[in-house]
Amino acid sequence: MGGQPAGPVARTEHDYALWEKRVDALLVLLSRKDNRQMTVDELRRNIEALGPGVYDSLSYYERWMHSITATLLQHGVLTVDELGRKMADVEHRVARGEL
Amino acid sequence: MEVAVRELLIEKGVLTADQVRRQVEDMDSRTPARGAAVVARAWSDPVFHRLLMADGNAAVETMGLERGPYKLVVVENTPDVHNVIVCTLCSCYPRWLLGLPPDWYKSRNYRSRMVREPRAVLREFGLELPQDTTVRVHDSTADMRYLVLPMRPVGTDEWQEQQLGALVGRDAMVGVAVCASR
Repeated sequence: MGGQPAGPVARTEHDYALWEKRVDALLVLLSRKDNRQMTVDELRRNIEALGPGVYDSLSYYERWMHSITATLLQHGVLTVDELGRKMADVEHRVARGEL
Repeated sequence: MEVAVRELLIEKGVLTADQVRRQVEDMDSRTPARGAAVVARAWSDPVFHRLLMADGNAAVETMGLERGPYKLVVVENTPDVHNVIVCTLCSCYPRWLLGLPPDWYKSRNYRSRMVREPRAVLREFGLELPQDTTVRVHDSTADMRYLVLPMRPVGTDEWQEQQLGALVGRDAMVGVAVCASR
C-alpha cells in the first residue's frame, strides 16, 4: 500500500463504539504472552487474505473481527460448528430485542 | 460476530468478561493528554529530554506512565527537520501515549501517499512547510512506535509545564500539525 497512488486524505474520525473497543480488547487479550492464542502478525495475514474487494467493503474493526475469527478457527480454539450455533443464538436474541 | 466470539471465548475459559471490561476501561483512559504531558516535560526539563531521546520507554516510565509494549522512538522537530509518522502496513500507533488512532491515520490514502508525497498530504492538513525544511517520514513497524516531539512555540519561555501541555495537540505528535502558542 505504501507508495501507491491514492486520493486525498479524508480527515475523518469518529468516537469508537463499544463493540469496536471490545474487538480491540479481544486482540490485546488473545495476543498476550501469558495466554497467547494468536499474534498480531496472524491478525494482519488474515486481514490481507480477505482480498481487495472484501477488504474495502468492511470497516476497520469488522476486518479485525473477521481475521480474529479466522485465526481462532485455524488454531482450533473455536470450531465452525460451535461458532455457527452461537451466531444463530445471538441472532435470535437480537430478534427478540435481548441484545 | 463480536458478541458470538466473545461469548464463546468466555464460555471456554480462554478469557473472562472482567478482563474484556477492564481492557476497554484501560483503553478509554489513554488519551493524547498523556503524550502532551511527555512533550511538555521534554520542553521544560533538559535531563528528561535527553533520556526521552535516548530511551523513550524509560523516560515515560519516570513520569509514572505505562512503559508501553513496544520500543518507543521519539523524533524531534527542529527548524530544519520536520518529522511525521505513518504505518504503511496497518495502523501501528503509540497508543499508550495517544489513545486509539483517528480514522484518517488508518486510511488507505494516508498510508499510500504519506511516504511518497508527504508535502502534498501535509498541505491537505493545512500545514505548509518551508521548501528548505527537510521532511522525514517514519514508517512504524510491528515492534516499535514513533512519537514526534514538536517544536516549542516561540514566546513560551516563561510558561510552566502544565500550560505548555495544553498547547500540544495529538496531530502535532503525529507530525501533521505544529504547536502554536495561541
